[in-house]
Amino acid sequence: MSQIGRAVYLTWDYTWSTLRTLWDVASHTFAKRDTVEYPDEMPYLAPRHRGRIVLTRDPEGNERCVACNLCAVACPTDCISLQKTEDETGRWYPEYFRINFSRCVYCGLCEEACPTYAIQLTPDFEMAEYNRQNMVYEKEHLLISGPGKYPDYSFYQVSGKAVSGRAKGEGLNEAKPVNVKSLLP
Amino acid sequence: MATIEVDGTSYEVDGDRNLLDACLGLGLDLPYFCWHPTLGSVGSCRQCAVRVYANAEDTRGRLVMSCMTPVTDGQRLSIRDPESQAFRDKSIEVTMANHPHDCPVCEEGGECHLQDMTIMSRHTERRYRGLKKTYTNQYLGPCISHEMNRCIACYRCVRFYNDYAGGKDLAVLASKENVYFGRHEDGCLESGFSGNLVEVCPTGVFTDKTLSRSYNRKWDLQSAPSICSSCSLGCNISPGERQGRIKRIVNRYHHDINGYFICDRGRFGYDYTNADQRIQHCSIRQSADVTEEAPDYRDAINAIAVELAGAATGGNLIAIGSDRLSVEANFALQTLVDEDNFYSGMDPVQHQLLQSVLGIYRRPGIHAPTLREIESADAVLILGEDLVNSAPRMALSVRQATRNLSFELARKSQIPLWQDTSVRNLAQDRRSPLMILSVAGTDLDAIASLRLSAAADDIARLGFAVARCLSDRAPAVPNLSPDLESTAAGIADCLLRAKNPVIISGTSCNTPSVVESAAQVAMALSLAKSNGQIRPSWLSYVLPAANSLGLAMLQEGNDDNHLERAMQRVLANPGQCTALILQNDLYARAEPSRVDAFFGNLKSCIVLDQQPNRTTDRANILVPTQTDFETEGTLVNNEGRAQRYFEVFATDNPSLRDNWKTIANMAKAWVNPGTGQGLPESLLALARCENFDDLIALLKNRGGLFGHWDRAAPNAAFRIAGLKIPRMPHRYSGRTSLRANIRVAEAKQPEDRDSPLGFTMEGAPINIPGALTPGFWSPGWNSGESLNKFQDEINGHLKGGDPGLRLLQSPAATDMSAATSSDWFSVPAATPTAANGRLLAVSLPRLFDGEVLSALSPALAQRAELPQLEIHPETAAAVGLVEGHIATIRLESCQLKLPLRFNPRVASGLVAVPADVKTAGILPPVLLPAAVTIE
Repeated sequence: MSQIGRAVYLTWDYTWSTLRTLWDVASHTFAKRDTVEYPDEMPYLAPRHRGRIVLTRDPEGNERCVACNLCAVACPTDCISLQKTEDETGRWYPEYFRINFSRCVYCGLCEEACPTYAIQLTPDFEMAEYNRQNMVYEKEHLLISGPGKYPDYSFYQVSGKAVSGRAKGEGLNEAKPVNVKSLLP
Repeated sequence: MATIEVDGTSYEVDGDRNLLDACLGLGLDLPYFCWHPTLGSVGSCRQCAVRVYANAEDTRGRLVMSCMTPVTDGQRLSIRDPESQAFRDKSIEVTMANHPHDCPVCEEGGECHLQDMTIMSRHTERRYRGLKKTYTNQYLGPCISHEMNRCIACYRCVRFYNDYAGGKDLAVLASKENVYFGRHEDGCLESGFSGNLVEVCPTGVFTDKTLSRSYNRKWDLQSAPSICSSCSLGCNISPGERQGRIKRIVNRYHHDINGYFICDRGRFGYDYTNADQRIQHCSIRQSADVTEEAPDYRDAINAIAVELAGAATGGNLIAIGSDRLSVEANFALQTLVDEDNFYSGMDPVQHQLLQSVLGIYRRPGIHAPTLREIESADAVLILGEDLVNSAPRMALSVRQATRNLSFELARKSQIPLWQDTSVRNLAQDRRSPLMILSVAGTDLDAIASLRLSAAADDIARLGFAVARCLSDRAPAVPNLSPDLESTAAGIADCLLRAKNPVIISGTSCNTPSVVESAAQVAMALSLAKSNGQIRPSWLSYVLPAANSLGLAMLQEGNDDNHLERAMQRVLANPGQCTALILQNDLYARAEPSRVDAFFGNLKSCIVLDQQPNRTTDRANILVPTQTDFETEGTLVNNEGRAQRYFEVFATDNPSLRDNWKTIANMAKAWVNPGTGQGLPESLLALARCENFDDLIALLKNRGGLFGHWDRAAPNAAFRIAGLKIPRMPHRYSGRTSLRANIRVAEAKQPEDRDSPLGFTMEGAPINIPGALTPGFWSPGWNSGESLNKFQDEINGHLKGGDPGLRLLQSPAATDMSAATSSDWFSVPAATPTAANGRLLAVSLPRLFDGEVLSALSPALAQRAELPQLEIHPETAAAVGLVEGHIATIRLESCQLKLPLRFNPRVASGLVAVPADVKTAGILPPVLLPAAVTIE
């Protein structure tokens, strides 16, 4: 192709490309929107969406968390810390429970690790703060009043440990305590 | 040696072991519960099944319990074959059928042998749907929690507690599948070794109650190699820290010293470091009633430097060291004030006792045995020492030594030594001879072949008589009763017949003749046993404190610089002297009125201490010191082994610096204002010390015993794969959250310039030198049982080398026959019988409240017996005393009132005074033995 022919081709090509782009952009003015008007319009989030972490209570209304530390060790960003203490009847619970949400990646490993269904992720994600320090949540911020996704489970029913209101042998699937002094077969 | 073939690979193993032991020693993974390296095999858990083939052609083989099967040469076995794996899976399924679902609320979780073995045996799904068995728990005292539901009936607890440690109050109760491991009724476990149940129990039946108060999992505890400072034995420990508090202590295996077990004083006596009462800030007292609290650390050091410089120019500066603190801290202090002005802080008798112990240890024909060697002794003679209370871990070793006869019998009957029950059944009550001469009986008396109570000097005389029986060249003992003559002959005969006799004595009696008599026996024994070749006799001394020998080494040959000299110097120059006292409560070191006079005549008193006491009350300038968990240093134990301990965690209190560093800072502040002209070079060198290795280099320059000081542990430049050794386990959690409530931006990790350990989880924790191993963990082995991955063979040396450096090697074999009469010690006179209401008061060491810092632990304080005066009923009758009454003892200005208890084991003519911390504050044990009036 001659030099002139090439110049004419390129001019046409660029012009066409520009015009087509303009058309495409303009046509979006009338297309259906993919985004929603957040926050005026709230999106649907599935119940299993992984957002803000909560601590739940068992059906009896007691804290489910037994301060076993499994969530903390499972956490890939090490953003959970807690300290075990116990009440006068031997029931374990966390003295403090802290999640640094500025480090949390909402992976849900803590929920998977939790043997008592205490820690659960909720669909709430609106946690932005102007001050990063405010993203550190303590137990009083995390603890909710209900059982969350698992309404029936109560760890101390099946643990075999004696705590208030439940002596040895009174849990689910437990035999009465062995009578050490009996000689009967 | 034997060759065995495991899953197609050939290995060389020790032919005297069982298969389980051999396989674990090779680093192979094989599950087990009831077997324990020191408790032997009983074959009760059925978990260690392997397939053994009869010969090379055999393809079927048979399942055997590897812990009950001896190694034979050419044996072929398989750990991985499907059938034995299936057997182990089924076996643990049954074991787990009744195990509760409480791992989340179990203190053992995360370091549980049962968890590890369940995973290793591949049991993942529970099929049993029946009811779970439950048990009620017992209260076992302030140290141990009990949760019987978790028991898998491996019998390790009773085998350790009763068979190994001689406990009486833990038993297996009931029968068949109802067996119950506990006491006959609720109550504190009595044995001083009960804490080991925490580690011996493969699951969470016995757990550490002091840890549980503020519990953290093993993976969250930061640890460093540490040395117990609660007695002179220097057991290796691994303290665990989180958020600035020591949470628990576990045993750190040392082949030659503590092995697998430590005593309760060492395990539960850590709480002083967490105590609220601890001195946290510097304070300066301007005048009697104006105290400036919490001045800046720098200001306090500068104020001290001014005092020091002023006093030093007039030659009025003295310093008092501490036998509980590291060699480095004492050395820094000694360098700061010059050797002549440094005093040991011990009373003259104890000071000279330690110097003579140091001298005796260096004599030819004497070898200071390790605890492991004591365990192998086949005759033990104890002179004047109540080991259970003064050096508990050694008592446990002596207890094992008495079993050597049973091992001898087992060898003759060709019973393998690891067949624990068979060996015990064979021996019944026959034991190797243990001869105890004590002032008031000991807890080992029950297994002793000879026990005799006498006053210290009489014990010494009997010792000298034994020496005389062993060698004619030893001086004779005049006026000895025929009874004692024959006793001495019996002891001598026993020692002569034994292959490895050991003689144990110590400073508890506070009597030079006792220490000397033990040396005399050892020397005479060496002579008697030598036939051309000298065989050093084993002689071990129990010393007053963790670093007694280290301090004695710093003052080697100096019989004079003890506390009494310091006091004389101050009283001779009233109002002139400035004293610098390093963590040493003088009121427990000398007669209180005399200490008052000492402080009254000081110009200025500078005290470095961690806990408030009567000495810190007298300080003009008070600087807080760190506990052994917060700083690094080296302690020299009773056998002369220098062992380094490291900072477990970094405190964020700016007033709390390393003890040696505070002293070096004083030197710095002293030197800085001027040009340092006219000051001794050693002081300038101390001022130049920037890190711990600089100080070690200075100490090394002293030469002599300190010539290889840097070899006690690798220095701060040591790296593995370019990285420091991590103090944190690699799963340490909460790093971005622990302090987020204070400040959400994470702070930099503290740096450690003084050691090769880092406050981090980064690093390659493999091939760590023994002296730097913070704790034991291996993939798949989260419990303490992971130790077998760190040993060269089961119950053997650490692969990284045994920590510490023996400073005292017995001199090359010199001819003992050259021993002259001046080498022998002279015999003391017999103790006169008590007259006109006066009795000889002696001091009795106490396990739980006898050591000043560990006694501050609430758990131990609760376990300590009430202090009582003990007296023989006949002696009491002779002076008209009634049991239960409050008796008053008067000695000089001290007046002690305690209830009286009759104890027929106390020697007649004596009254035994407990050496618990409270009593020691009223009547310091160093004043005893002494004749006292009692009413």
